[in-house]
Amino acid sequence: MGAAIEPSTEKIATRVAYGKSLVELAKSNQDIVVLDADLSSSTQTKFFAKEFPERFFNMGIAEANMVSTAAGLAKAGKIPFVSSFAMFATGRAWEQVRNSVAHNHANVKICATHAGLTVGEDGASHQIIEDIALMKSIPGMVVIVPADAKETEKVMQVVTAYNGPVYVRLGRSALPVLFDDKYNFQIGKANVIEKGEDLSIMACGIMVSAAVEAAKILKEKHNKSIEVINIASIKPLDTETIVNSALKTRNIIVAEEHNIWGGLGDSVASALLENCSEKLKFKRLGINDSFGQSGKAEDLLVHYGLTAENLVKLSLEMLDYQS
Amino acid sequence: MSSNFPDLVQVKEKALEIRANSLKMIHAAKSGHPGGSLSIADILSVLYFGGHLKHNPLNSHDPNRDILVISKGHASPAVYSVLALAGFYPIADTMSFRQLGSKFQGHIDSLKVPGVEMSTGSLGHGLSNAFGFALAAKLDKSQRKVFAILSDGELQEGQCWEAFMACAHYKTNNLVAIIDRNRIQLDGGTETTMALDPLEDKLSAFNWETKTINGHDLEELDNALKEAYRVSEETNKPFAIVANTIKGKGVSFMEDAVAWHGVAPSDTDLEKALVELAGTK
Ligand SMILES: Cc1ncc(C[n+]2csc(CCOP(=O)(O)OP(=O)(O)O)c2C)c(N)n1
Ligand SMILES: [Mg+2]
Repeated sequence: MGAAIEPSTEKIATRVAYGKSLVELAKSNQDIVVLDADLSSSTQTKFFAKEFPERFFNMGIAEANMVSTAAGLAKAGKIPFVSSFAMFATGRAWEQVRNSVAHNHANVKICATHAGLTVGEDGASHQIIEDIALMKSIPGMVVIVPADAKETEKVMQVVTAYNGPVYVRLGRSALPVLFDDKYNFQIGKANVIEKGEDLSIMACGIMVSAAVEAAKILKEKHNKSIEVINIASIKPLDTETIVNSALKTRNIIVAEEHNIWGGLGDSVASALLENCSEKLKFKRLGINDSFGQSGKAEDLLVHYGLTAENLVKLSLEMLDYQS
Repeated sequence: MSSNFPDLVQVKEKALEIRANSLKMIHAAKSGHPGGSLSIADILSVLYFGGHLKHNPLNSHDPNRDILVISKGHASPAVYSVLALAGFYPIADTMSFRQLGSKFQGHIDSLKVPGVEMSTGSLGHGLSNAFGFALAAKLDKSQRKVFAILSDGELQEGQCWEAFMACAHYKTNNLVAIIDRNRIQLDGGTETTMALDPLEDKLSAFNWETKTINGHDLEELDNALKEAYRVSEETNKPFAIVANTIKGKGVSFMEDAVAWHGVAPSDTDLEKALVELAGTK
């Protein structure tokens, strides 16, 4: 919270932070077990596998069985972390997440990597842009999208202590580090990371650093005061923080690396419509209902408009339109 | 039957009670699945009352209990009945089956009914769930046994074969799968819908120990379970009992009849069925 954020020049992928956190947490928590589906080198669970081979289960390329097995392990008192690409953990095994995990309120953490466009070169078959929709629509499922490596580390501590099913959306590509050790993550809490008066950018995941950058440009070049909110906890949603910010700035842009249909933008829109009778300007920035394609992650983000520059442009359009 | 199975009479009686109560529940609810409930009544009775499944009706989370995952969650009437007979709750409670607000949901629910380890109903999940329990028991160096009751049509789900593969790979010799081989699914026979035979060969090819028995012969069931513990211990393989059963077993007009998979008996059907069941005592 509070002071303006200076993104680091050093970049770390959230999946890397995940892999490291698992090892740290498992040193003091004997109940943690990890399941992967032949992707441990990619998801970074390989470090856990090396450190705690007896608590690591490679399930082969069989995600449905992996997820239902995790539910059994959880019911027997273990804390299973399940990893694969987000495409397969939430897509292929959706029905297992829904019925074996969530309907049993099994204490399973689905920590899936390579979500969104920034998978890059592998292309559309692997670039899931529907996972937030798939996971948030399951009753009782907690859905978290960390914005950087530090937040991922904090998220890991919190979800380990939390008893119940959780989906954590992690990425492949290296990201700037936004937060330091003092950063506090709580399930159900959004973080106002820059205070502002003119417009609110609410974002999750990789779009948080883009929002921070956009806010800086808007301030320095256009003298606009932008509030930036990191909504890592997509569900439960921090309606209070979102509504308070909206009532203050009246201009809201939600940015996410996800289809605009079913993502964070829809959640924020619903929260605002249910809680504010005031006139607001609202815009979703996400993937506009198309599949991704192969390319370098940074080129894809430019192609699909998921950049600080586009956030600046959209913000100015929204503010100009009003005046 | 042999005398080394002294509780046989009781096990047989309980199986009849499971059948009768299941039909009463389905009749009261005017919906439910009689065929697949009747086909596993003997299996459930042997597990609970034949000394195989350690259970504690006073504490359904007793760490010393064994685990039974029933993958065919639509056989809920039989499951609710056996748990009532085992003392988890009064049997009269089960008559609220499928009613709004009842804990006795159409498909078994682990969060609502004590003694139900996993909510199931979506076919194909249960063996994976049981495998998870088996892995946990291994990690804990626990002597806990894990049982899974699977249906046969269910085995058409790919996930079951993922799970068969995984159990063998991880040598979960603390897991016994009992397959209710009644040869009928919803639309018709398993062999005409999507053939499963030669089932035992498939299981062997997946590196399981197997044994095919008559799933209504209490002594064969008891022996097969004892054999499973012994053999799995020796070979380090999981064990599958292919229990040849009759869907609708115990009620002549329901036996082997596809039509009785998922419909409720009328008043006269129930009356006839209960008379027949009472006659087999
Ligand atoms: C994944 C899934 N698909 C379909 C169904 C609907 N369904 C319920 S019971 C049934 C037939 C089950 O046949 P079988 O597995 O042989 O069970 P049993 O004969 O023991 O009743 C079907 C298709 C389901 N419950 N789950
Ligand atoms: Mg069948």
